[in-house]
Amino acid sequence: MTTPNSIANTLGTTPHRPRDHTRLIGSVIAIVFGTVFLATIAIGPVSLQFGQVLSALGARFSDAPLDADTALNVAVVWDLRLARSVTAIIVGASLATCGAAMQGLFGNPLADPGIVGVSSGASLGAIAVIVLQVSTFGIWTLPIGAFLAGVGTTFLIYGLARPGREGTDSSQLLLVGIAVNAIGGSVAGYLTYLATAEQLQSLTFWAMGSLSTAKWLTVGITIGPAIAGMVLLMIWARQLDLLALGERQARHLGVDVPKLRRKLIFVTALLVAAAVSFNGTIGFVGLVVPHIFRLLIGPGHRRLIPFSAIGGGLLVMLADLVARSMDPPNEIPIGVIMGSLGGPFFLWMIWTGRAQGKGT
Amino acid sequence: MIELRNISLRADEKILLDRVNLSCEPGTVTALVGPNGAGKSTLLSVIAGDVRPDQGEVVLQDRNIGKFSVRDLAQIRAVFPQGSGIRFGYHVHEVVSMGRAFRDLPTNQDAAAIEAAMMQSEVAHMAWRNAQTLSGGEQARTTFARVLVQECPVVLLDEPTAALDLRHQEKVLESAVDLARGGATVLAVLHDLNLAAAHADRIVLMCNGAIAATGTPWEVLTQEQVGRVYRQDVCVMPHPLRECPVVLTC
Repeated sequence: MTTPNSIANTLGTTPHRPRDHTRLIGSVIAIVFGTVFLATIAIGPVSLQFGQVLSALGARFSDAPLDADTALNVAVVWDLRLARSVTAIIVGASLATCGAAMQGLFGNPLADPGIVGVSSGASLGAIAVIVLQVSTFGIWTLPIGAFLAGVGTTFLIYGLARPGREGTDSSQLLLVGIAVNAIGGSVAGYLTYLATAEQLQSLTFWAMGSLSTAKWLTVGITIGPAIAGMVLLMIWARQLDLLALGERQARHLGVDVPKLRRKLIFVTALLVAAAVSFNGTIGFVGLVVPHIFRLLIGPGHRRLIPFSAIGGGLLVMLADLVARSMDPPNEIPIGVIMGSLGGPFFLWMIWTGRAQGKGT
Repeated sequence: MIELRNISLRADEKILLDRVNLSCEPGTVTALVGPNGAGKSTLLSVIAGDVRPDQGEVVLQDRNIGKFSVRDLAQIRAVFPQGSGIRFGYHVHEVVSMGRAFRDLPTNQDAAAIEAAMMQSEVAHMAWRNAQTLSGGEQARTTFARVLVQECPVVLLDEPTAALDLRHQEKVLESAVDLARGGATVLAVLHDLNLAAAHADRIVLMCNGAIAATGTPWEVLTQEQVGRVYRQDVCVMPHPLRECPVVLTC
C-alpha cells in the first residue's frame, strides 16, 4: 500500500541526470566533419588520395622543393578546392547559426532565413547591386548591399509578426514570410527583366545558389563577419535561452528584450549576408540543422550554436560535393540539392508537429 | 518593500487603475483580491515594471522603479506570471535554473538553490523531464521553483494557485509565508478568498481599479463588504481549526 509518506518521499528526490551524450555526439560529428572536409578536397576532376591531400596541404608550410606531381596537387588543392571547401563551411555555419538564433528570437522552430524571407531580402539587395551596377564600396558593395537589405527585411518581418507576445502563433510568421518572399521575388523578377544578358547569367546562378565562384578573396571578405556573428551569438546564448519563456518573463529575469532583439536582428542579417552575398540563396540549412541538434543535444543555445555551426558546415560541404559530382564536369546548383532535401524535411516537421497536436 | 503613490492608468477611455496608494512591508504577505477586471493583475504588472503608469510613483526597496535597469530589477523582484509556457523542449531543471541566469549571486550556490527550490515546489522528481510535456499544475510548480531560486526581496505572485490541486495550493502559499518570514515582501493576486484569509497577513480588496478596503482578513472579508464588491451574497464564519474567516457563497 502507498502511504502519503512514501508518496512524499518519491516526490522529494531528484533522480540522477540521464546520461549526457553531448561529448560522444560531438566527437562523432568532429570525425565526420574532418573526413568530409578532406573528401571535398580529394574528390573532383583530378582525383587525389587522402595522403596526397595531406601532403599538398602541408606543402605550403614547408620550403622543401616539390616534384611536378606534387606541384600540380598543391595548385589543385590550394587554388581550386580549399577555398571552395572553406566557403562551404562559412556558408553552412552562418546559415545554421542564423537559423538557430532566429528560431530563438521568434520562438518558433520554423523560423529559417529562407522561409521567413530574410534570405530573399538579402538576395534582393545583392541583385540590386549587380543590376544597378552600384560600386560605392568597391568589392564590399555586394555584401554591404545584402546586409542592409537583410536588416531591413528582418525588422519588417519582426514588426509584422510580433513574436513573443501572448496570442500570436506561428502561422502569422509564416504568412509574413510568404508575403515577403513574394515581394522579394517580384522585385527580383523586375530587376531580372532589366538585366543585360551577361548580368542575367550571374542572376540565375544567384537565385539557385552555387559555390563555383568561391575564391580566397570572397573567403577573406565573408569569414570576418561570419566569425564575429557566431561569437556574438555565443555571448548572447543565455539570453536566447531565457527568451524561450516569452518576452515578459525574460524581462523579469533580467533580459533587456528590446535591446537583445535589435542586436539579434543585426547579427542574423550579418550572418545571412556573409552566406548569400557571393553564393546565392541556399535554403533550409537554417531550418534542418538546428532542428536536428535540438533533438540530439537539447535546446540550450550554449551548445546549440556551436553544434549548428559545425553541422551546417558539414551539410553544405556534403551538398556541394553532391552538386559537383553528380554530372561532372557540370554542376547542379546547390540550392536545388538543398531544396530537394529541405522541402520534404519541412513537411516532416509540420507532420510531426501536427501529430503532437501543437500546430507546429 | 513596495510603495505605490497615487498610481493611475488608463487604456483608451477606460480607467484601469484609479489613484492607488499602497505600501507593503518586508516580512508580510499581502493578498490582492477582487472580482474579474478589478485591476489586480494590472496593478501587479505596474509593480513588476512591465507597465508604466500614467501617473504616480512605484518605489521598490526605497528606489523609484524607473531608476532600475532591467538587470537591476531582476535582482530585487521576482514575478510569478499568469500563464507560462516554454517554447522549446528545455527540461524542468534548466527552466528552474533560468531564475539564476542573470542574478548577481555566487554561482557556486546555484546548484544547491535550484535543488532546494525544486524540492520545495515538489518538482525535483521530474527534474529531467521536458517542460513542454508537463500538466498545467506541474508547469505552475516549475515556474514557482524558478521564482524561488531568484531569491529576491520582493516577490510578486499573479494567481500562483490557479492551476494547482489542494495540496499544492497550500504548499505554495506556505512557501510564500516562509519567504515573508525570511524578510521578503510578498504580494499575491488570489482568487480564492479562503486561501487569502488563511495565509495572508493583510488583504487588499480591489474594485473598479481602486482599493475598496485593506486590513486583516477579519477586517476586509465581511459579509457586507464581500457581498457589495463581488455582487454575490456570502456568509462569513470562523474556520473550525484555523484562526481565520471562511467565506461561503449562499
